[in-house]
Amino acid sequence: MSKIINFWIPLAILVIWLFMAIIGPILPLDPNKVRLQMILQTPSFEEIFGYDDLGRSLFDRIVVGSRTSLTVAFAVVCISVTMGSLIGSVSGFVGGKLDQIIVLIIDIFLAFPGILLAISLAGIMGPGIDNVIIALSIVGWVGFARLARVQVLSLKQREHVQAALALGTSYVRIFTRHLLPLISAPLIIEASFGIASVIIAEAGLSFLGLGVQPPAASWGSIIRDGAHYLLVAPHMVIVPGLSLACVVVAVNLLGDHLRDRLDVKN
Amino acid sequence: MFSFILTRLLSSIVVLFGVSSLVFFLIHIIPGDPVEVMLGESAQLADKEALRVYLGLNEPIHTQWLKYINGVIHLDLGTSIHYHRSISEIIIERLPATIKLTVWALLVAILIAFPLGILAAVNKDTMVDRGAMFVSLLGVSIPNFVMGPLLIMLFAVNLPWFPVSGSESTFSIVLPALTLGTALAAILSRMIRASLLEVIGEDYIRTAKAKGLTPFNVIIQHAIPNALLPVITLLGLQLGALLAGAVITEMIFSWPGIGQLTIESIQRRDYPLVQACVLLISVTYVGVNTLTDIIYAFIDPRIRLSENVKVISE
Repeated sequence: MSKIINFWIPLAILVIWLFMAIIGPILPLDPNKVRLQMILQTPSFEEIFGYDDLGRSLFDRIVVGSRTSLTVAFAVVCISVTMGSLIGSVSGFVGGKLDQIIVLIIDIFLAFPGILLAISLAGIMGPGIDNVIIALSIVGWVGFARLARVQVLSLKQREHVQAALALGTSYVRIFTRHLLPLISAPLIIEASFGIASVIIAEAGLSFLGLGVQPPAASWGSIIRDGAHYLLVAPHMVIVPGLSLACVVVAVNLLGDHLRDRLDVKN
Repeated sequence: MFSFILTRLLSSIVVLFGVSSLVFFLIHIIPGDPVEVMLGESAQLADKEALRVYLGLNEPIHTQWLKYINGVIHLDLGTSIHYHRSISEIIIERLPATIKLTVWALLVAILIAFPLGILAAVNKDTMVDRGAMFVSLLGVSIPNFVMGPLLIMLFAVNLPWFPVSGSESTFSIVLPALTLGTALAAILSRMIRASLLEVIGEDYIRTAKAKGLTPFNVIIQHAIPNALLPVITLLGLQLGALLAGAVITEMIFSWPGIGQLTIESIQRRDYPLVQACVLLISVTYVGVNTLTDIIYAFIDPRIRLSENVKVISE
């Protein structure tokens, strides 16, 4: 029973999300079609999610919005994991002055509440999905760098790494063959939780008007539009809000599951 | 003890210096010309140049940086482009509202998290535990820009108990504080549960039970005080998240604090003010973390007795 709740349902939600995001563009959707007679229509059997303030189908916009959140989440987590684990491992492995400087940089970045820094960066760079990705990546790499550094720090004392060093193996090979396989599990888990927080962050930035620009859709921007019509059309906030919450809960639950499976301490 | 506090303070000064420089450089280095964004692409070249000179952007970057750092040290954060007033003054006006919101949110978080966390820990692996942890997972997963409108819908529209937004009425604080507090409560209750579970297996808890204390007293008198340390650290660390969350929450409820000011300044392209707001929130964050470490050392003798201890920031 608990496996159904903790694994299968979240997996199903995630698959639906991925499906919507990937298949979305080839579906016969019309997210920007204005139907004036349908403005702010509440959900019904014909249109399960109802219509927004311009009479656009909320279902179509949610499907298109899932692509925005997937794109941003995937891009940001990939960039952050690559940059973070590279910087962190080099720092931990080389040690000395370089390590001290990188640790100081990490400490300074951690002194910012991440989302605030992302908000200001996105605000200064101007709205747009690519700027959202840049802003969230600038904030995101730090956590992975710290994690990778700590892992490498303890791993480099291990016999197999010392042996490889003594044999004159190249650093690149030591990193890819002897370190990466051992530090990947915690990084993968951190990345899975990272996806959840990036989804929320992207929606937050779009909510503030710093993400996708109209008429493009993101769950955050739909909520932003809906907040103005809270009294007459609460479905405009509830539908994207629930979609967002469902995906985030699902990603978090799967992250927990993954952590238990890979047996990594929290 | 003294040397511990001194080391801690010195290291936070280094971090603060780094933080203020980072704010400066990120704002100046990232792509995008602030002058162009402020005036629009069609602006006259002469106007752009004039604004550049007015903002001091025509000088070399290191001169600008030195001027900026010098200003920060003297608590002179410059002049707002929009308000044409000293930034320090504007911030002092807005600060009380944010402090009020943060304190109330913290209170909400504590009032929700402790009962929830204790209930879950005491009933470990039962339906109560799972239910409480699922509620807390929901709290983590529902961002405050969804929670806020939902609360407005429930408690300001359907049940007209509290004001929708603004800060005029005494009860205006309720919904913003709930929005901001529930997110923290979710994280906090998980931490309280985990840290109580660690303590509950200890010998002195068994002794307390054997003495015939009621389960309630065992938890209140023996388990909670010992489980509190990691919780305090987390509270300190989460204050930053609380301040950042306040940015969005203040927007939703038109709460006239630093958060609203930050977003308004971003929308108005008032860069000196954005820079100052980000700096202020980060400085508060670093300050609270340093304070937490020092308080921690007072509470737990093991920390102050081991000299040169490296306090891990998380």
